[in-house]
Amino acid sequence: MRKPRRHWITQPRAIRALWIIFIAVLALTVAPDFFLHRHAEFGIDATFGFFAWFGFIACVALIVVAKVLGVILKRKDTYYDH
Amino acid sequence: MTTSSAWLTSLPPGLLLILGGLLLPLFRGTLRPALVLLLPLAVLALVWQVPNGVVLSVPFLDYTLEPLKGGTVGRLFATVFAIMAFAGGLYGLKQARLLEQAATMVYAGGAIGVTLTGDLISLFVFWELMALASTVVIWCGGTQTAYRASMRYVLLHLLGGVILMTGIVGHVVATGSITFEAMRLDSIAHWLILIGFLVNAGAPPLSAWIPDAYPEASPSGTVALSAFTTKTAVFALWVGFPGADILVWVGLYMIFYGIIYALLENDMRRILAYSIVNQVGFMVAGIGLGTELALNGSAAHAFAHIIYKALLLMSAGSVLLMTGRRKCSDLGGLFQSMPVTTVCGIIGALSISAFPLTSGFVSKSMISQAAADQHLALIWLLLAAASAGVFLHAGIKFPWFVFFQKDSGLRPPDPPHNMRIAMWFFSFLCIGLGVFPQPLYALLPYPVDYVPYTFDHVVVQLQLLLFAGLAFFVMLPQLKRTRTVSLDVDWLYRRALPRTMGILSPLAHGLQRINAWLTERLPAALYHALERGRAGRVLDRPQSIGMVVLGTTLILCVYLLIDLLS
Repeated sequence: MRKPRRHWITQPRAIRALWIIFIAVLALTVAPDFFLHRHAEFGIDATFGFFAWFGFIACVALIVVAKVLGVILKRKDTYYDH
Repeated sequence: MTTSSAWLTSLPPGLLLILGGLLLPLFRGTLRPALVLLLPLAVLALVWQVPNGVVLSVPFLDYTLEPLKGGTVGRLFATVFAIMAFAGGLYGLKQARLLEQAATMVYAGGAIGVTLTGDLISLFVFWELMALASTVVIWCGGTQTAYRASMRYVLLHLLGGVILMTGIVGHVVATGSITFEAMRLDSIAHWLILIGFLVNAGAPPLSAWIPDAYPEASPSGTVALSAFTTKTAVFALWVGFPGADILVWVGLYMIFYGIIYALLENDMRRILAYSIVNQVGFMVAGIGLGTELALNGSAAHAFAHIIYKALLLMSAGSVLLMTGRRKCSDLGGLFQSMPVTTVCGIIGALSISAFPLTSGFVSKSMISQAAADQHLALIWLLLAAASAGVFLHAGIKFPWFVFFQKDSGLRPPDPPHNMRIAMWFFSFLCIGLGVFPQPLYALLPYPVDYVPYTFDHVVVQLQLLLFAGLAFFVMLPQLKRTRTVSLDVDWLYRRALPRTMGILSPLAHGLQRINAWLTERLPAALYHALERGRAGRVLDRPQSIGMVVLGTTLILCVYLLIDLLS
């Protein structure tokens, strides 16, 4: 069987470029926090880049919790077949 | 002319769709697809003819049923249900079996029926009709697995129905009223009604029926299933229990349950099924918060959710149809040959994640804003974390593992044109509602004093989502797909209960033998002992005892009848 040709977007160079663009966009979304004083409801949300760091930490925490629960909950996908 | 149109407008629109579904097999040729597409649109037009208030009342026993009653929130749900019936019909127009098409129409009709009723009895009838029709839709998956999942599904929903019915009876006995209106959690009956509604919403502990049953249906079947049952339950909770505090916590549990289980899941449509629980959790929490903004948010989110979740499942269904594979570990790299499915799937994924310019952005943020307005810091923080988590488990995980990830070597084309058009239509609505939310806001039950597009809101939402995206790619090795399922409460009835029965059955067999000895052998022995002493009369013969019991039962039945009729 002929190996399918790799799409240009899956080339390592393209992936590196995508990462650079992504990090630039991330920086851009946090940039307004330097000069903008957000209307904060609770205090904690007034901290620098609150939604950025909170979103990141929340997701890492969710993945870790899922990973730990997975140790107990995961079974082979044929588990219920018989 | 006027009399005939008056007759038509006093008929519940849902009933028309139910009748259409039942009569569908009688139509042949081009009439059948015409009915599948045009009837939902006709029903949509009729929904908009229903004025506020009771339109149709029917005396029943000592009560007056109100099978057609207009209201703002009911109209909103009925509208999106009719749109869904149309797009779902289009998506499955060439691929779905006749039985599935017919059952889907009955199912959608039942859902529209629920949203336009004024009393609990009519609501219950439509409610149960949905349970039966949706079971048939799952059946049409056509596999043994689908059949078994549909049986588990129907048993659970009949159980939910019994709980709901018991609650309704208790409510009617206590209040003498069958009107469906807001209730307080001040009696067992009201708790039972709440539980009956929550079973259909996929609330804990019985959330597992959604990922168990829905992904076993056909591609078009799963699309239809994702829309009606859970959102009808959201409607019922919205009307029946607004502001019930417990719903905030039930909703938050559902939100995080959906994220965690979706992160563990490998089957693409089960990932999306878990995310239904997650999204309904946002709506349930909003209903629990109970302010006008929160209730508006829940209703708007239900509307937006039905469209983008159907779109996501259309995209996943197209992949399943064209590749025959459903597990992320077997997929990847499909963007190269399925561009339409990929783009539409990504639009659905961005909408569910509430990206700016999509429908999720203008609806979900109302719920978290309501929590902020009430100064509920913990709830607000949890909702913010959950919003990031939605992007993680559905927004990136689904498109990434199905369309990108590794190259699976598969090069299937996009699905047939009716499926592509259905996906474009819903993609258009997702972005349309995101860019111009005014028509959606105009449908909401309370006046909308909410501006989604402020610089601040857009920036913080982008921070939240893009950094969630960063977390996904940084943690990607931890998210590697495994060929596993995750245990849930359904383990109790799929594994523990059958196993226990297996252990108990020899015991039961023994008890049966003792019972047989006590009821048959012992009396017979006694009878023979007695018979030796005297000549047998008619009643002494064992077979006559049965006759006496039958006779007594008949007499008691006659007494009962006389008593009821007098």
